[in-house]
Amino acid sequence: MQTTNPTLLRLAGIVKRYPAVVALDGVRLEVAEGEIHAVLGENGAGKSTLMKTIYGVVQPDAGAIEWRGAPVSIPDPLAARGLGIAMVFQHFALFESLTVAENIALALPGRFGRSLDLRELAARIVEVSGRYGLPVNPWRSVHELSVGERQRAEIVRCLLQSPKLLIMDEPTSVLTPQAVEELFDTLRALAREGTAILYVSHKLDEIRRLCDRATILRGGRNAGEVDPRAETEARLAELMIGRSFPKTQKRERQRGVPALQIAELSLPPDGPFGVALQSVSLSVHAGEVLGIAGISGNGQAEFLAAVCGERRVFPGKICVCEAPVGHLDAGERRSLGLAYVPEERLGRGAVPEMSLAENALLTASRKGMVRRGLVDWRSAQAYAARCIREFDVRAGGPRAAARSLSGGNLQKFIVGREIMQQPKVMVLAQPTWGVDVAATALIRQRILDLAAAGVAVLVVSEDLGEILELCDRVAVMAGGRLSPAREVGETHAAEIGAWMAGGFPQ
Amino acid sequence: MIRLARRAAPSRLMLWGAPLVAVALTFVLGAALFAAMGQPPLSALHALFVSPLSDLNGVSELLLKASPLCLIALGLAVGFRSNVWNIGAEGQMYMGAVFATGLAIHFQTRWGAWMLPAMILAGVAGGLAWAAIVAALRAHLHASEILVSLMLTYVAALIVKYLVFGPWQDPAANNFPLTVSFEDNALFSPLMEGIRLNTSLLITLASIPLAWVFMKLSFTGFQLRVAGDAPAAARYAGHSEARAIWIVLLVSGGAAGLAGVTEVAGPIGNLNDRWTPGYGFTAIIVAALGRLHPVGIALAALLMALLYIGGESAQVALQLPKAVSSVFQGLLLMALLACEVLVHFRLQWAPSTRSSRAA
Repeated sequence: MQTTNPTLLRLAGIVKRYPAVVALDGVRLEVAEGEIHAVLGENGAGKSTLMKTIYGVVQPDAGAIEWRGAPVSIPDPLAARGLGIAMVFQHFALFESLTVAENIALALPGRFGRSLDLRELAARIVEVSGRYGLPVNPWRSVHELSVGERQRAEIVRCLLQSPKLLIMDEPTSVLTPQAVEELFDTLRALAREGTAILYVSHKLDEIRRLCDRATILRGGRNAGEVDPRAETEARLAELMIGRSFPKTQKRERQRGVPALQIAELSLPPDGPFGVALQSVSLSVHAGEVLGIAGISGNGQAEFLAAVCGERRVFPGKICVCEAPVGHLDAGERRSLGLAYVPEERLGRGAVPEMSLAENALLTASRKGMVRRGLVDWRSAQAYAARCIREFDVRAGGPRAAARSLSGGNLQKFIVGREIMQQPKVMVLAQPTWGVDVAATALIRQRILDLAAAGVAVLVVSEDLGEILELCDRVAVMAGGRLSPAREVGETHAAEIGAWMAGGFPQ
Repeated sequence: MIRLARRAAPSRLMLWGAPLVAVALTFVLGAALFAAMGQPPLSALHALFVSPLSDLNGVSELLLKASPLCLIALGLAVGFRSNVWNIGAEGQMYMGAVFATGLAIHFQTRWGAWMLPAMILAGVAGGLAWAAIVAALRAHLHASEILVSLMLTYVAALIVKYLVFGPWQDPAANNFPLTVSFEDNALFSPLMEGIRLNTSLLITLASIPLAWVFMKLSFTGFQLRVAGDAPAAARYAGHSEARAIWIVLLVSGGAAGLAGVTEVAGPIGNLNDRWTPGYGFTAIIVAALGRLHPVGIALAALLMALLYIGGESAQVALQLPKAVSSVFQGLLLMALLACEVLVHFRLQWAPSTRSSRAA
């Protein structure tokens, strides 16, 4: 621990209440100069709220903030930047149609102001990006950039303000393994120069590799402060969720006949920033889990829309159990045994305002819930109640509105609703994105059980760890193309990472 | 300073309380308006809202006006719930009236007792046909149903004008723009001797539970609600968007066409070019005021009907201009929109937020 360095930022007794929940309940945090400090916690533990408090986006209801030993209040992000605090958000705030230099100029009001000299700014961008190993071309439009390049542009934007404290909110969720290493090198270089870094994440291995100190939050309270390098991952996880949790277990399973086949599927993009699919072929066998890795925005959305029936294609391009389904809509494909768990839970996978019973009816109506055109609400309620019971959904019952559930519980409900329809083919997009650790373990176990029962499972995920944990075979989607599928045992993270950048054999 | 703070969940109380607050607010604003015009507010309100209901005839007139409003609004509510905004019910009502009138004046007494049922079917068909144009353009060419349905209302009004000034004009009418009066077999019969309220009220009364069953219990009604609440979820579940658009426009068009029949085959008894006080448009307010719920719509229709006949009685009793009922309609809609915010937000007394900025 770098206890020799003077304390830069100290928060004590921070409280933030929202109408339905207490997000922060007396949280303290101390960051020294030149330290890489992890803030670790599950979704909903209060990490993001705490960061927003430091950056002036959220005003705490109680508590004290000290900056270099002097009490301050941070009423808005402008004041935060004035102190020397910069933040890279989880979801980037860049204008797609502007260049990198223009975007960065917008973030530097006053300094460049009216006499804005883009060329001078571009020179500084090149200098800063060279110094920290963040290659960014200032003249390229943001919509042409990959996600990693966008993140580098954001970081460069922050660095131009010469921050004393850099906050990074879940920065690696969108990066390839190689890009993660590059980012870590940059952050270590910054720390050596005296910049403090607040690193928000729930990825334990990264925190153990990168950070000097970790503050762990659980349910809006401090759950510990440790040196992550001296702790095991299991110990950190225990601190994070308050108890130990079982590891998923792969059961023996037999690979059967192909159940989902996609033959040379090509599709034009559906918008100016969409991705064209180029001759994507794939076959998923009964009893196996096939993973599609890759960074979002490389054609996954278009691919899933075509596979699941939101976009229709030529009949023979997609077959479910030998039956051509390309021309059918999502409901008709579901009747043939294709179930789908979409990435967006609220608004797509579930209607937020509607009850769980109504959301059961949404896709499971074929399971005896409609008689002569009328809804059998008792049957829908029973279905929802069974799903709540069997998938350990914490909810107020079948009448609870979908929006009242936490992300993990709603995802358990949606996955359960689809599994209970006894599909032959199951497609899941980002099944555990933004889901707490315990729910993630349950969902992954159910996916494995499903394959063991002879269902063909296709998992599309950005989380490489998830793919490697669940899948028998893995393919990578990049730039609208799909790589050949490899047995998981015969590949490794570095090869998949290279494929994510588009470098795979045809 | 008053601030709006977002509620954690939409308030159930305010869901139904907001229309009541809006009605109360309308009375207050109306009273202030009367006072500003030099009328004693309480007696003006009395003339407007109480004296019309003092006898059987008044109640009959109230129900006579409320019935078509309720019928049209029930149809519109189905569409509004799924975010399809048919605001051309007025035109669809005209076409219902035109189709029914065609039968009534061409076959006159020849069809005997079958005439009225035939007219009802024809009227529904007229409304359906007019709404089908909107549905086809929206579902297959992505034209805005709001603009198309509104513009088609003016087309329908011109068709009515053409017919009553031209081919369907009664030769004995001294060049007045109206058709011959319908024969008795083409008219709904009065519910009681001496009042104008007729059997068409029974259609409306039957429609209220029917609409409730459709919205609450039918699977199609559920699909329509999903389409309105979360279009992406509807696509995900495989509900057809085009089918939803066709259904809601045909339901609302058919209901409006039926309302047209109940008017020309009811109190009007012929077709002329100024027989409607704008039921098709007022029904939009009725649907909103009634929270798109069948029972709420029935109550709202009664209130709006009261505004119509109250306006007439206020003309007689207080020499107020006829526009007073339109003014009240407008006040009510404004108050309703303003109170809507209370469903999702609550009022909060708060000190000024922008204090001195620390650096």
